[in-house]
Amino acid sequence: MTTPASSRAVRTPLFDPLLVRGAVRDALVKLNPAAQWRNPVMFTVWLCAALISVLWVQALTGNGEAPAWFIGANALWLWFTVLFANFAEALAEGRSKAQAASLRSLQQRGSAKKLRAPRHDAPRDSVDMMALRVGDVVLIEAGDLVPCDGEVIQGAASVDESAITGESAPVIREAGGDFSSVTGGTRVLSDWLVVRCTVNPGDSFLDRMIAMVEGARRRRTPNEVALALLLVSLTLVFLMATATLLPFSIFAVQAGGQGSPVTVTALVALLVCLIPTTIGGLLSAIGVAGMSRMLGANVIATSGRAVEAAGDVDVLLLDKTGTITLGNRQAAAFLPAPGVSEQALADAAQLASLADETPEGRSIVVLAKQKFALRERQLLSHDASFVPFTAQTRMSGVNWAGRQIRKGAAEAVRRHVESLGGRYAEDVAQQVEDVARRGSTPLVVADGAQVLGVVELKDIVKGGMRERFAELRRMGIRTVMITGDNPMTAAAIAAEAGVDDVLAEATPEAKLALIRRYQAEGRMVAMTGDGTNDAPALAQADVAVAMNSGTQAAKEAGNMVDLDSNPTKLIEVVEIGKQMLMTRGALTTFSLSNDVAKYFAILPAAFATTCPQLSALDLMHLNSAQSAILSAVMFNALIIVALIPLALRGVRYRPLGTSALLRRNGLIYGLGGLLLPFAGIKLIDIALGALNLV
Amino acid sequence: MTAQMSLLLACFVAAIWLIALPLGRWLAVIASGCPPLFAGAERTLLSLCGVRGEEQGWRAYAGALLLFNALGIIVLFALLRLQHLLPLNPQGFSALAPDLALNTAVSFVTNTNWQAYGGESTMSHLSQMLGLAVQNFLSAATGIAVAFALMRSFARSGAAGIGNFWVDLLRTTLYLLLPLSLIIALFFVSQGVIQNFSPDLTVKLLEPQLLADGGVRGSQTLAMGPVASQEAIKMLGTNGGGFMNANSAHPFENPSAWTNVAQMLAIFALPAGLCMAFGHLVGDRRQGWALLAAMTLLFVAAVGVIASQEQGGNPHFAALGVDQAAGALQSGGNMEGKEARFGIAASALFAAITTAASCGAVNTMHASLMPLSGGVALLLMQLGEVVFGGVGSGLYGMLMFAVLAVFVAGLMTGRTPEYLGKKITPPEMKRVSIALLVTPLLVLLGTAVAAGSEAGRAGLLNPGAAGFSEMLYAYSSAANNNGSAFAGLSANTPFYNLTLALAMLLGRFAVIVPVLSLAGALAARVRARRDEAGLQSAALPTHGPVFVLLLVLTVVLVGALTYLPSLALGPLVEHLNLSAALRSPQ
Repeated sequence: MTTPASSRAVRTPLFDPLLVRGAVRDALVKLNPAAQWRNPVMFTVWLCAALISVLWVQALTGNGEAPAWFIGANALWLWFTVLFANFAEALAEGRSKAQAASLRSLQQRGSAKKLRAPRHDAPRDSVDMMALRVGDVVLIEAGDLVPCDGEVIQGAASVDESAITGESAPVIREAGGDFSSVTGGTRVLSDWLVVRCTVNPGDSFLDRMIAMVEGARRRRTPNEVALALLLVSLTLVFLMATATLLPFSIFAVQAGGQGSPVTVTALVALLVCLIPTTIGGLLSAIGVAGMSRMLGANVIATSGRAVEAAGDVDVLLLDKTGTITLGNRQAAAFLPAPGVSEQALADAAQLASLADETPEGRSIVVLAKQKFALRERQLLSHDASFVPFTAQTRMSGVNWAGRQIRKGAAEAVRRHVESLGGRYAEDVAQQVEDVARRGSTPLVVADGAQVLGVVELKDIVKGGMRERFAELRRMGIRTVMITGDNPMTAAAIAAEAGVDDVLAEATPEAKLALIRRYQAEGRMVAMTGDGTNDAPALAQADVAVAMNSGTQAAKEAGNMVDLDSNPTKLIEVVEIGKQMLMTRGALTTFSLSNDVAKYFAILPAAFATTCPQLSALDLMHLNSAQSAILSAVMFNALIIVALIPLALRGVRYRPLGTSALLRRNGLIYGLGGLLLPFAGIKLIDIALGALNLV
Repeated sequence: MTAQMSLLLACFVAAIWLIALPLGRWLAVIASGCPPLFAGAERTLLSLCGVRGEEQGWRAYAGALLLFNALGIIVLFALLRLQHLLPLNPQGFSALAPDLALNTAVSFVTNTNWQAYGGESTMSHLSQMLGLAVQNFLSAATGIAVAFALMRSFARSGAAGIGNFWVDLLRTTLYLLLPLSLIIALFFVSQGVIQNFSPDLTVKLLEPQLLADGGVRGSQTLAMGPVASQEAIKMLGTNGGGFMNANSAHPFENPSAWTNVAQMLAIFALPAGLCMAFGHLVGDRRQGWALLAAMTLLFVAAVGVIASQEQGGNPHFAALGVDQAAGALQSGGNMEGKEARFGIAASALFAAITTAASCGAVNTMHASLMPLSGGVALLLMQLGEVVFGGVGSGLYGMLMFAVLAVFVAGLMTGRTPEYLGKKITPPEMKRVSIALLVTPLLVLLGTAVAAGSEAGRAGLLNPGAAGFSEMLYAYSSAANNNGSAFAGLSANTPFYNLTLALAMLLGRFAVIVPVLSLAGALAARVRARRDEAGLQSAALPTHGPVFVLLLVLTVVLVGALTYLPSLALGPLVEHLNLSAALRSPQ
């Protein structure tokens, strides 16, 4: 399925100049300590920066503990550290807001035709769209915008939903059934609809989506909270480790009788370098970017929690039709009646299907062409008349050149043939039964009173599904196919598609029970659904993706809505969830590994006068003590900026299996995080030296 | 390392793994219920105590534990303050000073066994037997009970209770500690460890000693007492509080090579066995092996450093031309503070074992270790006593690190982290964080207060970096409930007695409470089953080499990042001074 709109968000360049400008401004605004308080790690840096700034002012007056330029430079880079973290968050938020704005532009003001009674022909008033309330009934005619989210109560119409889904083909909305909901902001293309509003303006589905994307309602997810707890603990430990160095060094000076105690500037620099500023500064950006990536995939998550849960999914419940198999069955074989050649049957079936634009009909034409090179004939030139399918006859066909060709359900064709005085062969009845037992659908073709044979319509497993399921299995995710078919048919298709398990003859109750059973085993279950009868199961599932084309009830019950209404999207959703968790884990590991190198840079420098022996730890052979401290602080600040793209894009997910993934990320972010700062700090030190700054 | 050292280490590790197998099985039996043979007797005993033995939630469990240990402190404190009035005091020792009595009471109840006194010159036989030895049993049983509760909480699913403290305490003491101690004590007696109620003996010296003032000393006083019975549980319960001041360096406590080996094995036996028991209880023995493997790796690395540093000898002696090479007639190396009968290998191994496990018994003086060896001994304690660690506390400490490792690694694989089928969420992380935060705060703050105060500095014997190491060692030892001391610190002052008592108390119970709270949270959580054939588990496997390595790295990284500055200022500076002094001959 193509999703043109899904590229909408992705195409925004990472550092779009407009967004960057906004983010820089927001970064400065966020210097307000009230805004920092939410993030304890960065708040600590903020306090440190403030403290060093005071020391700098003191140094300017001539009684500083170190040269004023040195303290000043440290203060400057500590403020930069805070600003860079603010910038990352602001940029992520800016991108989300840009996406929200493009959604908001869909909300056009205008008037609606409000009906006084829920009838098509009732008297109508023209009212402002914003004045509509829940329960109001409106008439929407061809060319009108749908004024509110609602339920179709009368009529049927084609609706252009491309504004929301990006899918250019119009969809049919009609009263009753699973296609009865309309979304505000879409446009009716033909016919008319009578719609009852289900939400107040400003509270519509689109509004809620926008509100959420804008971050107004972003709450921290459980994993984020747990990680934040860990980061706070680490900050406390490092605070202790550095704060106690002051009495330790005073003791060392007294005992050793040489040097002077470590400076507060050096200690604060050490503290800021040690506390996990990299992950602390990028944590909230990662969360915002995760939601934003979901939106990029045209999935609206109602909460960050839902996005995160997607990464944890153990079991995927997938509807057979539309997800695993193509939505429509396809002709697979021609089974001629006795005394009829297969080619004659194919020819007749093709003729009967030429005007049949349903996928099944098209597939018969194509199969006949493939098997017997029968070309599509241009029948319009002849005096052909097509017989459309009706619910009464349950047949369709063509009258052409004196022939009356019909195709349809076995029972209907039998009645048709017998009414014309023909005989319905036993063999054909047997073939019909066989086909049905194989899980396929039989279509009987007749020419006048003569039964020509059976066309077998088969469920076709979508291309690439087998590979996708194998991939899911490697990710440790179990796939379960849900179908209304009988167990035998279901098992045949399940085997062909390569799913792990199957629920046949599924009723809404059976689905709900299955989900509960998996959850009782401690598994997280994800499913997609669109119908009202899916709602209980959607509400029970941990990750529930409702199709935008589905009913309002389904959308309310789910915690995500797929604007493209593409059931396979679930797999993408899982990957985005995993990406978000991986990015957090990777940056945490990276942040902690970084500390080793920073110790080696700062410790010998901080104790250069008290314990000159510790210069043995100066593995990087940095220019001077001051250069060492400044280089470490600068590295610490710059690495945040360097990692912004990673935080926003996310660590790439590969379906490798847990252990392989851990080894890979452990090597890149653990070992890499251990080594990189040695090189980085040394380079900055060389640069500072070359510029004669230290 | 010499060949002898390597062989000793290999045999020791192999023996511990072998001992851990049956012991683990037995521990698992005790943790899951009453051994069938004793069911009737146990019911009678429990009903006599008025214990119904019902499942307790974590609060009730922790409440019972705290109450019991508080009573333990009060009783022991009273006993020590009143020992001059009580029987079995042949030397007529007077009561302990209040601060020393408090310090000692807290020390033995918390399984620390920090000793600010000399045993044979302070404690009556009654105080040793009824006070200290009893707490040796009970503090060990308390630690094991907490480990049991945590182990059960991983095994349970959706449970409200984590066990019953009184029942755990009774079973551990009765079916494990008492019988094993009895066997070990008998073995000690057979090797010459004394066991009597005699007053001190004065014996005539075979060769009179010439004193510096020209006088001659013809006799020597030998301390007597019920040593063997206390020695067994001192090792088995990783208590470490010696009957004598010289601890396991004293020939009456540790007379032969065989008792020395037995002591070392006894220290590691239960901590190793508990790892195995954990595997049994959670239904996957590989989980226990993984923890034991991680502990073993850390331990072997530590022994490697200590042994090679000690065998390398003191460069000052080398400069003077003293022969420090190992040979047939001497073990060579740095023999300062060591018993000639144990030599380098057995002393270095003992030093590593006693600091890795939170035992604190010593057969060599740790202040006389080479600076880097002392640093490693310090680090082993500062890691939180998780390299085998104390009985019970080693396992629950290591499990805290395991949860932490799984948390960060789990995120890296794109899932909500999960250990043994239990999701690690904010409530769990909060408890783990607190449990891991407590001891670093105590160690660093305690050392800072001591270094910054006159009272703290007054107790130091050595100036400079070595003095700093003495303070750091004292607070690391106390807060991590190890109890070994860097000789050189005069710790029997009100300042050290009280601050160290506080460190011991918080280091024990401010960790136990969050651990029990974690147990409560975990027990209530549904345990995800992932044993289905054909479907590769999505959760991070916690039994393979990758996890073992991960766990080791987590422990080392957290420990190193926390203590690198203080270790640099103490042992490292000392080490650098030593080599610098040699480079610039004066």
